[in-house]
Amino acid sequence: MAMTNPGSRITQGTFSFLHDLTDDEIKAQVEYCLSQGWAVNVEFTDDPHPRNTYWEMWGLPMFDVKDPAAILYEVNECRKAFPHHYIRVTGFDSTRGWETPRLSFIVNRPTEEEPGFRLIRTEDEGRTIRYTIQPYVTEEKPENERYR
Amino acid sequence: MIQEVNPEDLPENQEEEQPAEVLPDDTPIDLEEEFKASNVQEVLDKLDQELIGLAPIKQRIREIAALLLVDRARQQMNLTTETPTLHMCFTGNPGTGKTTVAMRMAEILHRLEYVRQGHLVAVTRDDLVGQYIGHTAPKTKEVLKKAMGGVLFIDEAYYLYRPENERDYGQEAIEILLQVMENNRDDLVVILAGYKEKMDRFFQSNPGMRSRIAHHLDFPDYGENELMEIAKMMMRDLNYEFSPEAEEAFREYIQRRMQMPHFANARSVRNAIDRARLRQANRLFAGDTKNLKKQDLKTIEPEDIRASSVFQEGVPDPDPALSQ
Repeated sequence: MAMTNPGSRITQGTFSFLHDLTDDEIKAQVEYCLSQGWAVNVEFTDDPHPRNTYWEMWGLPMFDVKDPAAILYEVNECRKAFPHHYIRVTGFDSTRGWETPRLSFIVNRPTEEEPGFRLIRTEDEGRTIRYTIQPYVTEEKPENERYR
Repeated sequence: MIQEVNPEDLPENQEEEQPAEVLPDDTPIDLEEEFKASNVQEVLDKLDQELIGLAPIKQRIREIAALLLVDRARQQMNLTTETPTLHMCFTGNPGTGKTTVAMRMAEILHRLEYVRQGHLVAVTRDDLVGQYIGHTAPKTKEVLKKAMGGVLFIDEAYYLYRPENERDYGQEAIEILLQVMENNRDDLVVILAGYKEKMDRFFQSNPGMRSRIAHHLDFPDYGENELMEIAKMMMRDLNYEFSPEAEEAFREYIQRRMQMPHFANARSVRNAIDRARLRQANRLFAGDTKNLKKQDLKTIEPEDIRASSVFQEGVPDPDPALSQ
């Protein structure tokens, strides 16, 4: 893990093994989404668990926006309001047969160092061991108080 | 075991280092070539052909195009250029072509790579101002987001500001607008449009707005001959033609109509043509329906025009949408 992913950064969505995308790179990705006719929306959360699929939405999906500058504007608004949250941008394809997010990538991380996950081993019948993970940040702190 | 990431290895930090190359003062630049490459001439030609008159406006558009082109050339030479503000204000009477020019403007700015997408979002007060507290800001921002990368055209912009009601939400929309006009200059161009006097009053009470708008374009009223030209062009586009007597009648119609209240320049001409078509259709039905020729379908006769109440009663025709 540490070899490919320094500092236990969470790796969800596209580009998450890369360095943080710059604003220009975000714009370029959004440009692609818009050129495909996808609706782009901004979501945020402070629970990094990989099974936490549905993040909070920042406003409505932007269906009739034509230029990436508008999306970046909302991303920045969201960054201002939730500097200690994960923020991601999702491109939703409404074409029949797809009807699903086609691209999703993180654009904001709450802290420089992310504490990562605790591996919990539970002894079960016989010598079976069941594994689960828990983010360190969710252990004792409730929502909106993590990563401070 | 944490792997160290040297920040200088990250791509975002690598380009910054090299200083911009300084080109010698005598580096040649072919503006002509640049001009051709941008295809702007095509749009300007189209503007010349499709819009009758409006000489001062066309001149101004050419100047703006030249400025942008020179700016682009300067950029290639690594001369620092600040992005020019291109927010504009179109004033003029109704039907003088403000919206049409705004649409063309979006295309020109797109060709010159000043705006990225080149679409036009036309709005009025209703689209910007909300109905209750907290409704205006998201509504205005929504519209601004849609317009980003293109041109935002605010028709009758002075209605945004209502001095008689101090709790009016229009002021809030103006403030957001000003903020975005200043901070997102690269992202959108705002064009305000409206009647001259009302617009002047609007600027008096919003000096911040006035100072952020670099270009004030005043659209002149059309003369009689220009209106005739416009009429003929509209007819051509619709595949109709005036008979020689009808043309005379229409000229007389314009002369009379221009003196009457609520004359809306090209828009009045369009409405007059629409009504003439209606009367022509009625005339054809009432007459000999068996022996018509293609020519008959195309031609507007003088009686189609002279039946107008402009001639009969000396008042403008009622609004076709309201009459049955």
